[in-house]
Amino acid sequence: MNTLTRSTHSSGTRGSGTRGNHNATGWLFTAPVLIILGLFLVLPVIMAAWVSISDWTGRGSPFAAGTQFVGAKNFEAVISGGGLAERDFGTALRNNLYYVVLVVPLQTIASLFLAVLVNSRVLKGKGFFRTAFYFPSVTSSVAITVLWLFLFSATGAVNKFLSLLGITGPNWFQEPAGIMHLLAQSVGIDSPPPAMESGTFLGVSWWDWLSGPSVAMSAFILMAIFTTSGTFMLLFIAALQNLQGELEEAAMLDGAGVWQRFWYVTLPMLRPTLFTVITLGLIGSWQVFDQIYTGTEGGPAKTTVTPAYLSFSTAFNNQQWGQGAAIAFLLFAIIIVFTVIQRVLLRESDSVPRRKRMNPKPSRGRSLWPR
Amino acid sequence: MKTPRASRLAAVITICVSGALGLSACGSGFASPSANESSDAGSGPISVLIASSGDAEATAVKAAVADWSKTSGTEASVNVASDLIQQLSQGFASGKPADVFYLSPDQLSGYASNGSLEPYADSLANKGDFQPSLTRAFTFDGKFYCAPKDSSTLSLVINNDLWQAAGLTDADIPATWDELEATAKKLTSGNTVGLSFSPEVARVAAFFPQAGGSLLSSDGKTATVNSTENVKALTFVKKMLTDGSAKFSSDLGAGWGGEAFGKQLSAMTIEGNWISGALSKDFPSIKYRTVELPAGPKGKGTLQFTNCWGIAADSKNKPAAKALVEQLTGTQTQMTFAKAFGVMPSVISAESEFRKEFPEQEASIAGVEYAQTLPSQPGAADVLKDFNAKLATLQTSDPKAILDAIQAEMTATLSK
Repeated sequence: MNTLTRSTHSSGTRGSGTRGNHNATGWLFTAPVLIILGLFLVLPVIMAAWVSISDWTGRGSPFAAGTQFVGAKNFEAVISGGGLAERDFGTALRNNLYYVVLVVPLQTIASLFLAVLVNSRVLKGKGFFRTAFYFPSVTSSVAITVLWLFLFSATGAVNKFLSLLGITGPNWFQEPAGIMHLLAQSVGIDSPPPAMESGTFLGVSWWDWLSGPSVAMSAFILMAIFTTSGTFMLLFIAALQNLQGELEEAAMLDGAGVWQRFWYVTLPMLRPTLFTVITLGLIGSWQVFDQIYTGTEGGPAKTTVTPAYLSFSTAFNNQQWGQGAAIAFLLFAIIIVFTVIQRVLLRESDSVPRRKRMNPKPSRGRSLWPR
Repeated sequence: MKTPRASRLAAVITICVSGALGLSACGSGFASPSANESSDAGSGPISVLIASSGDAEATAVKAAVADWSKTSGTEASVNVASDLIQQLSQGFASGKPADVFYLSPDQLSGYASNGSLEPYADSLANKGDFQPSLTRAFTFDGKFYCAPKDSSTLSLVINNDLWQAAGLTDADIPATWDELEATAKKLTSGNTVGLSFSPEVARVAAFFPQAGGSLLSSDGKTATVNSTENVKALTFVKKMLTDGSAKFSSDLGAGWGGEAFGKQLSAMTIEGNWISGALSKDFPSIKYRTVELPAGPKGKGTLQFTNCWGIAADSKNKPAAKALVEQLTGTQTQMTFAKAFGVMPSVISAESEFRKEFPEQEASIAGVEYAQTLPSQPGAADVLKDFNAKLATLQTSDPKAILDAIQAEMTATLSK
């Protein structure tokens, strides 16, 4: 429980005995993990990096003779080739961008809300609710996708429910229209302004960039929020339980209302957890693959293709291994950039940097007061 | 203190990586000499990888392979892939692919050009017996790569009960586009639409030859996607979709035309021979008949589909693999397969027996004469996928614009 004791303990052992011996033993004990990591992580990454800059055709080892270095050719085909490969990548980026932009904030808010709810003192049967909310997270995503396909089918439960309310539901997983386009249509904009039609970025016209997620993708967005908010709720609960009741009581004595207490006392102290949740959310939602693979395989009209799925299908189905690997590395770069951006954003808004140290890590639970 | 540790770490990483490289090198090192050895000797068990439409197909193939195994004395096993293309790609990359496998024409060029496939079909004893259109589909760079395992063509499938309920008789079987539209309108009522098919080029393109068009020129070197004939055909399809007498199966909440047909969401559908197997399995109570697709302004037209028995270049026992394929594509085995899961034989010698055995499949056989196949040039599969994506929004888009876009893509692909 207490890292303070643990850290003194470990530094004590390191100081005693002959260092060389210890180091050798240390390496010996870590060797299995290092070998496993090298074999299953470092080596595949190196191989993929090589494939992305080579003309490997998918037969035999990529390191075998006959595989030529082609420079950035694969990357060029994907980001500036002017062909189908570029347009597919642009489409995949657009799809996933809307997915991320909607999923990450919504799942964070939903999970925080659920956590506050099941953490409240007045709630009875907390255990039941925690289990219930966490349940979607422990269920296999393939199983949930199948469930979702049934729920959101043309004659599925969701549309039956909507029809009770007098709404004709869309044919969810078959509807390629973007929701922004549908909104535009409802206010009478049926066709794009010529300027937005002609200009393109990554082979996709500006009008199509602004389409919003397709109805099919929206169903996946709802699913992602449904499945992941339970996991992140758990993180928030852990953080909330380490917060000091005293602070909240003090705020209450000062006359702060429920909302003020949450906004000015609880939320700032949750910032490290918030960072974790948003980072994990960003990474997870940029890598979305299994739902697409089992659910729609990119359809309808390619509106649920994501870079991860595109990388897979480019490599395995089209035998364009170099381009597939290149897409994977571009995706990697995108995730890094987004993570850095959100790190900077979360840091900048922190007016009292020192407060960060008072983060509710479990071990420092009782030592929040200034030392 | 920091520097030595860092360098030591680097050293360890280097050792691990090189160790791992060594290990993987050993892996392939073991594989390749033995492969060379035995391909000369021609021994070793044969593994067969198939993608099955259902239990009937898997059982029939397993039985046929077991038969061959017994008479030839070579061990052989059949695996049913859940994702055939992915498993094939994995096999080729590892240097240990399945010896014999199903292969679709659109995958042929990719695997043939990286040398994964053995071009064995030219030396088959029954090479001349295959239907010429199928032989063409599996010829790449002048080499006949693999033996077509069966054949299917699209025809019009009609629900007998709904047909009679709408007061239609044999005389009303649509022979032209106008009649198709009129019949479909008569059959549309309540929850049932007259005609339904999947929103994909593999169905819609059947209308192109009926208007006199095609996706490629006859030598396969030029894209003719946006020809006036094709525009006419696609406009006709759009018209049927917008006036409500036809609907895409996806818009009916069905996975494919056969499902919409089986659930009686549509009275007619455009599907291949495989629908008979699917209907008897999932919707045994449906009574139906198949007729030839109606002729367009330029006559009859349909699409032909097929798969072949591929043999891996890395197979350790190619002679045995070839012998197995020879037996599997033989007239008798193909008739067994036809009875088991409803495909048409790929060989001419089985045709008369097939006609006798399955008079109800007359329409499919007749289609073979005038059928087109979908382009299988390198990269064409990708363009067709994009075509499918665009067809999904056909109802709200301009047919000419769709065809123009695909024309540009197809031209770019062919000129690569």
